[in-house]
Amino acid sequence: MVDDTAAGQVESVEEFRLRARTWLAENLPRLNGRTNSQLMALDEMGIRARELQRTLSDGGFAGICFPKEYGGLGLSLPYQVAFTQESVPYEMPVVFNTPTFSILAATLLDFGTEEQKRAHIPKMLTGEELWVQFLSEPSGGSDLAGLVTRATRDGDVFILNGSKIWSSGAFRADYALCLARTEWHVPKHRGLTCFIVKVHQPGIEVQQIKMVNGANEFCQEFFDDVAIPAENVLGQVDDGWTVATRLLQHERDAVGGGSPYTSGIHGGRGDRGIGRSDLVTLAQATGRTGDPRVRQLLAEARVSDVVNGQLIGRVTKGIAAGRYPAPAGSLMRLYGATSGERLTDIALEIAGAGATVWEEGDLAGQKGIEFLMRQGGSLGGGSNEMQRNIISERVLGMPREYAADKDRPFDEVRHNTAPSRPPGREMAPQG
Amino acid sequence: MEIELTEDQELFVETTAKFLERTSPLPTVREWAEKEPAGFPAAWWRQGAELGWTSLLVPEEDGGGSVSGRGLVDLTLVAEEMGRWVSPGPLLPTNVVAAALAEFGTDAQRATYLPGLLSGASIATWCLGEPGASALPGAVTLEATRRGGEFELSGRKGAAEAAAEADVFVVAALVDGEPTQFIVPADAPGVTVSRVESIDLVRRFATVAFEGVVLPPDSVLGQVGGAAGQIERLFELAVALQCASMAGVVDRVLAFTLEYSFDRYSFGRPLASYQALKHRFADMKMWTEASLATAAAAARAVDSRSGDSFELVSVAKSYIGDRATAILQDCVQLHGGIGVTWDHDLHLYIRRAVQDRALFGTPHEHRERIAGTLGLEETNGR
Repeated sequence: MVDDTAAGQVESVEEFRLRARTWLAENLPRLNGRTNSQLMALDEMGIRARELQRTLSDGGFAGICFPKEYGGLGLSLPYQVAFTQESVPYEMPVVFNTPTFSILAATLLDFGTEEQKRAHIPKMLTGEELWVQFLSEPSGGSDLAGLVTRATRDGDVFILNGSKIWSSGAFRADYALCLARTEWHVPKHRGLTCFIVKVHQPGIEVQQIKMVNGANEFCQEFFDDVAIPAENVLGQVDDGWTVATRLLQHERDAVGGGSPYTSGIHGGRGDRGIGRSDLVTLAQATGRTGDPRVRQLLAEARVSDVVNGQLIGRVTKGIAAGRYPAPAGSLMRLYGATSGERLTDIALEIAGAGATVWEEGDLAGQKGIEFLMRQGGSLGGGSNEMQRNIISERVLGMPREYAADKDRPFDEVRHNTAPSRPPGREMAPQG
Repeated sequence: MEIELTEDQELFVETTAKFLERTSPLPTVREWAEKEPAGFPAAWWRQGAELGWTSLLVPEEDGGGSVSGRGLVDLTLVAEEMGRWVSPGPLLPTNVVAAALAEFGTDAQRATYLPGLLSGASIATWCLGEPGASALPGAVTLEATRRGGEFELSGRKGAAEAAAEADVFVVAALVDGEPTQFIVPADAPGVTVSRVESIDLVRRFATVAFEGVVLPPDSVLGQVGGAAGQIERLFELAVALQCASMAGVVDRVLAFTLEYSFDRYSFGRPLASYQALKHRFADMKMWTEASLATAAAAARAVDSRSGDSFELVSVAKSYIGDRATAILQDCVQLHGGIGVTWDHDLHLYIRRAVQDRALFGTPHEHRERIAGTLGLEETNGR
């Protein structure tokens, strides 16, 4: 179909692109001025996205860079890039991109047993399984290995208790990768285990968190004696940090834009110079395209996007070729976040007063709201400060920061605790 | 520099780097800057030419040849190394003129000038910018008037690199208001070259005055009035080379500043152990890698004459132009007082980068070029 023709010839990227162009025109609805981000917000439960993913799968365009044995096409990155470029005018199931494809499927490919991979990756690609990561806890974000959610072995199962937070879209997700503490009498990194957890089951309560922009994407989960079958351990028991480290690398690559597993663009900010910037539309809407200062800002934004893509290309190649250590992925992540802050500022500047007082549907008003969430990209997936530690220590080789818990058993280290039940459930009502 | 080089390219870069290290380390560069009128001995430039520094943009049938089949990419490897060593030498102007002759010259023009440029026996420069104005393709005002079948050139060009050393110029002018380029020998009657001061101590710049210089028809490069495309092409070559040079500068300076942070102790700890400084190094590493990436992308685009080369050179120049000077000044700060002394090499690098930043369009001017490509005047989206 995609790879070998009868003559045994491999389809070239350009042939693939042309075939994708025709197929997209015939099978996917056009965006007609809307963005995939906007449509994603309307499709809260991901129902539409699952249909679109199914369509891609049926058409032979899902999982372009995934291995064939798990339902993918087994092609190299240039094919995926070509497909994404062709997909710009169309509705795409972008909600699957991150974390399902770029982070969790990638981690499953690295550590999953044959059964685990066959059970889940094909279903992700056909739109049947959306995934979420259960990593951060209310007790702390940056010090992930200091987590306190507990999984206790009981025969063939582990019993999970605790709480996770900042999981994106957990309410619509089917499965999660969850990192929990299975051993307390060893230093923190050595007592963690990674589990595949079905999200909607007795003992798990998912609460959506309302953010400053009104979105309810982020969630907190509470685990109350959740039984997880032992065969759902990903990697080895008490070696979950190895899994988590790789997962975080995939996350940095994904957030930085360097994942081969994502398909399609969200629209608006952060599309790395593919497609038209909504800042141009904004400048037109506010009638300021002739203002020399605005023209400088628009060009700066364009430069930032283009260089972002170029940096991703360089770092990704450098890591693949072994010229850079894997933590160099943090360079992409830090660039994406810091340039994202600057693009948010530029949008606010161009929007002018329209960012604060607007008629419903105005792009300028949207930019005001986006400014409230300006730091989001610099916090999620490891804060900028963590990325700077990683770059300085593991790319530049500078001395590590002092850690009070180094080489000490976790139960002898001072740490925060987390609630295992939703607030108010076991306490007397306040006031 | 590209993250992946061919074996031949690796060897080529290594040869050039070793040559520069051996023949023109920083103390030598300083000495030449002070004592050599051109900033380098003529024999040194000829040796560089033997290594291939002047032949990469010229096809084999004209006596040139690239290393990888992508001549400009190969040449940016040299430019980047020369940035690392703050090397002297008319790499940019000679190669731009060599490319101009190879791409647009007649058989006679190529035969007259290319052999000398390729062997390093002669030097050339491109006169685009004018005194007090920016060196941008659309900013040419120098006029050549028709005199029968000939042309008469009067006016001045500014900031022409190595003009006092050059044997021949390619001069961008207007004939009947339309861009036209001329090949002008340095010894043509009416040509006066006056050296000017420059912030880069190592390279040399000059103003070139033309007073009634009479040019025969065969001195026109390409078509009369038809040089807009060739001027843009040469401009892109020049900017791609500048960007590689600046990327080499910041990469080298960041490397030795990092080394210094390991060696320098305060309060019993190396500077490298302070988180406040580690985070600044992390940012500088990110900007430097981004600079190397965008310089390489610009070189690839110009080399392959792809449709986005106009934009990508301006992306690279505006990004690196801004970042390079910011990184370099932060490296001065991290060095402490020694960083603002004459004896420390930092100022040689800053001078090089500031010079490259300003010529052939500032970051601001390149952003305006980009703004012109964004479709701001279109009423509806894509």
